[in-house]
Amino acid sequence: MAFKAKMRIEGSTATVRLEGELDGRSAPELNELVVRAADQRVERLVLLLEDLSYMSSAGIRSLVFAHQKMPEETEILLVGTRPDVAETIRLTGFDRSIVMRETLEA
Amino acid sequence: MTARPTIERIDAYPTRTIGGFSVRAGRPLPFGATPVPGGVNFSVYSNNATAMTLVLYRAGESEPMAELPFPDSYVIGGVYSMTVFDLDVEDIEYGYRAYGPFDPERGHRFDPSVVLADPYARLMSDASTGPRRSRVALDDFDWEDDRPLRLPHEDLVIYELHARGFTKDPSSGVSAPGTYAGLIEKIPYLRELGVNCVELLPIFEFDENDNPRSHPVTGEPLSNYWGYNTVAYFAPKASYASTGRYGMQADEFKNLVKHLHKAGIEVILDVVFNHTAEGNEHGPTISFKGLDNATYYMLTPDGHYYNFSGTGNTLNCNNPVVRGFVLDCLRYWASEYHIDGFRFDLAAILGRGPDGSLLWNPPLLESLAYDPVLRDCKLIAEAWDAAGLYQVGSFPNYCRWSEWNGRYRDTVRRFVKGDTGVAGDLATRMVGSPDLYAQRGTSATINFVLCHDGFTLNDLVSYNEKHNYANGEDNRDGDNNNQSWNCGHEGPTDDPEVLALRGRQMRNVLMILLASQGVPMILAGDEVGRTQQGNNNAYCHDGPMTWFDWDLVGRNADLLRFVRKAIRFRQAHPVLRRGPASAVSWHGVRPWTADWSEGCRVLAGMFDAGADDCVYVAANSHWEGHSLELPAPPAGTVWHVFADTAAPTPLDAHEPGAEPPLQDQSRVDVGPRSVVVLVAHGAAGAGGQAEQRDNGKEE
Repeated sequence: MAFKAKMRIEGSTATVRLEGELDGRSAPELNELVVRAADQRVERLVLLLEDLSYMSSAGIRSLVFAHQKMPEETEILLVGTRPDVAETIRLTGFDRSIVMRETLEA
Repeated sequence: MTARPTIERIDAYPTRTIGGFSVRAGRPLPFGATPVPGGVNFSVYSNNATAMTLVLYRAGESEPMAELPFPDSYVIGGVYSMTVFDLDVEDIEYGYRAYGPFDPERGHRFDPSVVLADPYARLMSDASTGPRRSRVALDDFDWEDDRPLRLPHEDLVIYELHARGFTKDPSSGVSAPGTYAGLIEKIPYLRELGVNCVELLPIFEFDENDNPRSHPVTGEPLSNYWGYNTVAYFAPKASYASTGRYGMQADEFKNLVKHLHKAGIEVILDVVFNHTAEGNEHGPTISFKGLDNATYYMLTPDGHYYNFSGTGNTLNCNNPVVRGFVLDCLRYWASEYHIDGFRFDLAAILGRGPDGSLLWNPPLLESLAYDPVLRDCKLIAEAWDAAGLYQVGSFPNYCRWSEWNGRYRDTVRRFVKGDTGVAGDLATRMVGSPDLYAQRGTSATINFVLCHDGFTLNDLVSYNEKHNYANGEDNRDGDNNNQSWNCGHEGPTDDPEVLALRGRQMRNVLMILLASQGVPMILAGDEVGRTQQGNNNAYCHDGPMTWFDWDLVGRNADLLRFVRKAIRFRQAHPVLRRGPASAVSWHGVRPWTADWSEGCRVLAGMFDAGADDCVYVAANSHWEGHSLELPAPPAGTVWHVFADTAAPTPLDAHEPGAEPPLQDQSRVDVGPRSVVVLVAHGAAGAGGQAEQRDNGKEE
């Protein structure tokens, strides 16, 4: 499935909805959105992952990239992370300042 | 000043197409596969190859997706380099075909039918899920502010552990057993134990299936569990990572190092540069053998492999090319993985020249000693090899290298089991072995009594003989000279007297080790009495025999408590760590009169660095107790009892800083086969309010 990423910035929150496969080929697209969000000085970056069918290690690295691009106090929230991906994020230590939730409201 | 727009680099554009891929001439340095803008730079060298082809695979597939011969214009000297564009690095594996003569008598074994692993591969795929091949690594780990801890060498308490075996047993209770991530979950245990350095058995990619033997009873194939057969020196072992299927073993291992550092624990790697997994002429061709056999291996004049390692081949470490390889590798681990030090397996080989002769100033050892990147790394030599070269005390050290002190091990073992004639040598071993390391300080000697290679502590006091039948060699393998004593019964027993004696003997060994000047190393599991059922060469067992059984933490809580206190006691007393040896005086049944005679089994040392730091250690390996008159403690202090291995737990060791005073200040009773440790505190010192106890025993 082709990769799609749409970003909406409202107030101090940037929300990115991701679809399809996030891998080495599509990760740069997400990285660009992260750079744009960082330029807008948002305080919160929300990544909606429910419609993501696959995330490779390059996708996980995009999260590190986001963490390093954003000021330290920025909250990064992952919503709907698949369990195996969530586990990988945890085991490799990338969960240090990333919050994972099942739903946006939770 | 306004920022100028940056121009995209010219070398980010391909110049031609080879094998269907856009490429351009690469950069010779660095060697290996390095991500660059738009692609990956591949660089490999061989001084004797006539041509080279880069072979690319889609991850996990058996057949290559492309073969890219290096054009002549991409070769500089003996280095073949090419940048390949538009590769999805996550989805590819690679290797090389090297063309050249097959002429073993001249040392050449080129075989282009084999796709060779890159010696500089920074990642290898997990062989349990497909072919073991080189992969491209991404180095974008978030280290935060981490860096090597640079703890003073002499303050270390080293804990030797197997990264898989430590948590693989289900009793570990961790979420990812047998992995780097699993080990992170056990850091609280290490902290509570008090060790400040872990030494990991090999974690460079190796072949765990490299063992032709099978279990004599079950018939199951035996493995190579320890991992002293390296396949890729720059790649962390993939199967030790819970995230290996994502190719994230490098990240997971870095995360382990970062967490250990946060807990104040250094990381030393056991590295194997004396030989490789390629064996001799009958072994497999994996990498070096096919790339440049005559350069990488020590060969006889007629092209056979020298075997100083006992494993078939010997890496040609003092060849300038190989020396550069070793240096590149260690610099990489020190800088990219923040490793604090290295322990070199069979390091005496690293002092041999290409013909095997001993060098007086081995270039490799000198380079490592003076390298700026490695300046703060601990360098520890296993100062012997499998061909009889034994350099404990004479390893070329450049005032930089420490050694596994094999003589310390042998002497402590002999003393504790009751041999006569070793009290004098024990005294020398307990003050940093100045006969071997004069003027080099206490960090030159790594004191150990047990290590992965040999008995565990529990087995040292439970077996007179090795029991290695499960290794499939009719009990012929493994050392016969163990200096062990079973305390009256060979192997497991219910006899309470035998068990009590074993408990005391284990405490005696650990107490002497932790009260000796020099850097102590503890074998993981010895603090809870781990057993291997008498197997003293368990390299081939990846199972309950070798895995850490976490149920022992509860079952042998008393021993664990003793060790924790003994480590804390050591950390509280600089005189035990830093010396000098001249601060130590020797005593016997009478103070200031040590008995150095052949039949003596009693030795007492006063480690005296003044009022705040004075420790008296009395060791008795006689089967009868002795009453020792005490030397006076420093002015204004009185003797307090830290440990008495003859006392019932919990009186065998007290809380450091809160030791009870010794009632009779003129003498101390040392029980049969036991060790007593006293410490000087002010009369109303830390333990002043503690219950008065005579020599720590119950009244």
